[in-house]
Amino acid sequence: MFEGILLICLFFLSVSILVGLYRVIKGPSMPDRVMALDTIGINIIAGVAIFSILLNTQDYFDIILLIGILSFIGTISFSKFIERGYIIEYKRDY
Amino acid sequence: MHLLYFTLLVPFIMALLVPLLYKYVPRIHTGWFVLVVPIGIFLYMIELIPMIAKGKILVSSVPWIPSLGINYSVYVDGLALIFGLLISGIGALVVLYSVYYMSKKREALHNFYVYLLIFMGAMLGVVFSDNIIVLYMFWELTSIASFLLIAYWYQRKQSRYGAQKSLVITIFGGLALLAGLILLSVMTNTYSIREIITADLRGHQLFLPAMLLILIGAFTKSAQFPFHIWLPDAMEAPTPISAYLHSATMVKAGIYLVARFTPVFGGTIEWFWLVTGTGIITLLWGSFSAVKQNDLKAMLAFSTISQLGLIICLLGIGSSLYVTTAVFAALFHLINHSTFKGCLFMVVGIVDHETGTRDIRKLGGLMSLMPITFTLMIIGSFSMAGLPPFNGFLSKELFFTGVLEASKLNMYYLDTWGIVLPILAWIASIFTFIYSMILVLKTFTGKYKLSKYEIKVHEAPLGMLISPMFLAILILLFFFFPNTIANNLLQPAMSAILPGLLDGVGIENNIKIWHGWTTEVFMTLGVVVVGMLLYASLNKWSWIYEYLPAKMSFNYLYDRGLVGMEKLASQITKKYMTGIVRDYLLYIFIFFVLVVGGSLVLLNNFTYHPADNGSVSAYEVVLMLVIIGAAVLVMLTKSRLTAVIGLGVIGFVVAIFFVIFRAPDLALTQLVVETVTVALFMLCFYHLPELGKETEGAGFRTANLIVSLGVGIVVTLVAISAQSNALFDSISSFYEDSYQLAGARNIVNAILVDFRGFDTMLEILVLTIAGFGVYSLIKLPLHRRNNR
Repeated sequence: MFEGILLICLFFLSVSILVGLYRVIKGPSMPDRVMALDTIGINIIAGVAIFSILLNTQDYFDIILLIGILSFIGTISFSKFIERGYIIEYKRDY
Repeated sequence: MHLLYFTLLVPFIMALLVPLLYKYVPRIHTGWFVLVVPIGIFLYMIELIPMIAKGKILVSSVPWIPSLGINYSVYVDGLALIFGLLISGIGALVVLYSVYYMSKKREALHNFYVYLLIFMGAMLGVVFSDNIIVLYMFWELTSIASFLLIAYWYQRKQSRYGAQKSLVITIFGGLALLAGLILLSVMTNTYSIREIITADLRGHQLFLPAMLLILIGAFTKSAQFPFHIWLPDAMEAPTPISAYLHSATMVKAGIYLVARFTPVFGGTIEWFWLVTGTGIITLLWGSFSAVKQNDLKAMLAFSTISQLGLIICLLGIGSSLYVTTAVFAALFHLINHSTFKGCLFMVVGIVDHETGTRDIRKLGGLMSLMPITFTLMIIGSFSMAGLPPFNGFLSKELFFTGVLEASKLNMYYLDTWGIVLPILAWIASIFTFIYSMILVLKTFTGKYKLSKYEIKVHEAPLGMLISPMFLAILILLFFFFPNTIANNLLQPAMSAILPGLLDGVGIENNIKIWHGWTTEVFMTLGVVVVGMLLYASLNKWSWIYEYLPAKMSFNYLYDRGLVGMEKLASQITKKYMTGIVRDYLLYIFIFFVLVVGGSLVLLNNFTYHPADNGSVSAYEVVLMLVIIGAAVLVMLTKSRLTAVIGLGVIGFVVAIFFVIFRAPDLALTQLVVETVTVALFMLCFYHLPELGKETEGAGFRTANLIVSLGVGIVVTLVAISAQSNALFDSISSFYEDSYQLAGARNIVNAILVDFRGFDTMLEILVLTIAGFGVYSLIKLPLHRRNNR
């Protein structure tokens, strides 16, 4: 029963990822794609969490944290890139 | 160490000393020191004659690479001794001549004598070696020494051309020879010539290829038709070299080879016709071409070609085992040719040295100015033409005897074709007579015109005349006392060429100066009469040479061939070496598909056993679809950013796969690496233009599609096949005890740093190198900031 619920959750997460992917592919503008990617990242976090419950292990908690961090950093860098054209500022005068 | 080895290695030792002598004893002409070497060797060889004449054989061996059966084995029999005497004897005379010919002030004498000594040592090595690999080594050394000597005046274009040509042709032959020798050693399982000779190889399937390859080696070295073209161009060498290498010794290495391997190959119809036929064609073509030459040395070069053809032809006839006279004649003419050709080259060198030209159109009327040279020229030329009382007469008579006897044989189709041999030989002799006359008469008779000469013409110094005089005396001596060398030298040599045939009986007093009114005498008379008539009417028929177009010559073929090959090679290279990485990748992928896919199909290697496969769950399918979607997006997108995002999606889904397949460490690493990679891609894009529209045609894209599909399918098939073909269980159960073995609960990390820590160290090294590489690429742009 519990496992069934988890699988249903996974299914809806997959649908959510696919919908996000559609936005990544289609996305009329670049911010659309970046946002979709961010959403996919969060969905993946949820998916990994459900997996951990399904597989009855704690080994994947690191991954959940990591995806959270990376997804944040990734979205920030994409945003900065879209806004300014570069990610790391090049200090000329110091 | 046997004294013989020392003798054979002396030239090389001396070659080491020559530069020192040249530098520290500059007052004495270096040639005087060098002269000691051939004289010493010659005396040593003379000492061996009585022993060899009794039929004894000197054998000795020094290990070189014993584990491979390669030893420096030395073997002295009659045949080797003749060559040894020629090499050292003519060598001594040539060195003496060169002392006066080569100027001490102007020439780089140390180079000259080092090359000459290397050549002499190599040539002695060729004729005395019993081991075929050692023989080949010395054989190539003669080619290289000859190359160096021809290009002695390397500032001249023609010298370099001649040297290159001779090297290309003789090395081609040398490699063929090596292949032939290896075939022989495969057939007989030995490297020793003596043991090869005793084995009966006829009927072996490698017999014919070995024969052909060895003959190519011999014919290229001995300037036989159609490989004769290098010899006239080798005349750019200093005249002592032409006299020594290109008349008396190196070009006879091929003859030595033919004679040496006659016991192995002789007696077969292929050998008979190949050797005889090539010889007689070379004889005819060489003598025919010699007449049209204007340069004295070129004339002598073609005459050498034709005389070598004569000797080869006689060896071919003699291989039939029925015409032993022919072998005798070949050996006798071998010696005679060395004497008179050496003499002639030296005389021509004197003429060149004292008049400043070798062109017969400019020469003339030197008779009274250079009487000794004139006499020497007469002796040499008349001997070459085959006139009494010179030794060439005897060998020419023997030659006629040989071809006449051969034409009467009832084997090898000689009953139908045999008559061709004497006729061709006779025609060739007429041409020989004509160019011999040209040599003497056009150079020395006629009117002396002062204006034609650049320098004041006078008789050569005595030192320069000693060597040709010595040879001229030999020419006369061989005529009057032919049986002395016949009994002492030629007989043991004959039993070396035709072992087991003579058994000590046979040829004693075989040579008679006058042997009655035989056919041969009438043939010689005919040669003289017709030759004189033709010489007198030379102007009336020399137009036939004009009618032979230049394109008929093998030189044209060689030159065009070289140019053509170069062009072809560069065209082919240009065709496929496009400089576009895309094309090279295409080659690699096509090759991969053909080889791997081909072996899958042809060897019927594809197997598929679904029984061992795990079950597929729904979320794996969904993730797979995501990856496929993203991959298609990457391929079809028009924007780089979209492509990178697609790649990022693939990377993250792969990380999810790692999660599903229970690999948390991999998932962690994959996520971080993927993020960094995507960030790096973004970094690059700042500097890159947008993806352009595909400009290539549809054909190009279709080809790429086919190749990429091919690669994908092949890899998939291989993976499926490999999965279905597990030969044994995995060894991972060992690592499951990692806590016991390494004190670690994480197997992956235990493997990385404990069980297989060595790989990890090198991966760290890879990352370090990559880091340094990136750093230096960014910080050290030499072309831009080097002046900062």
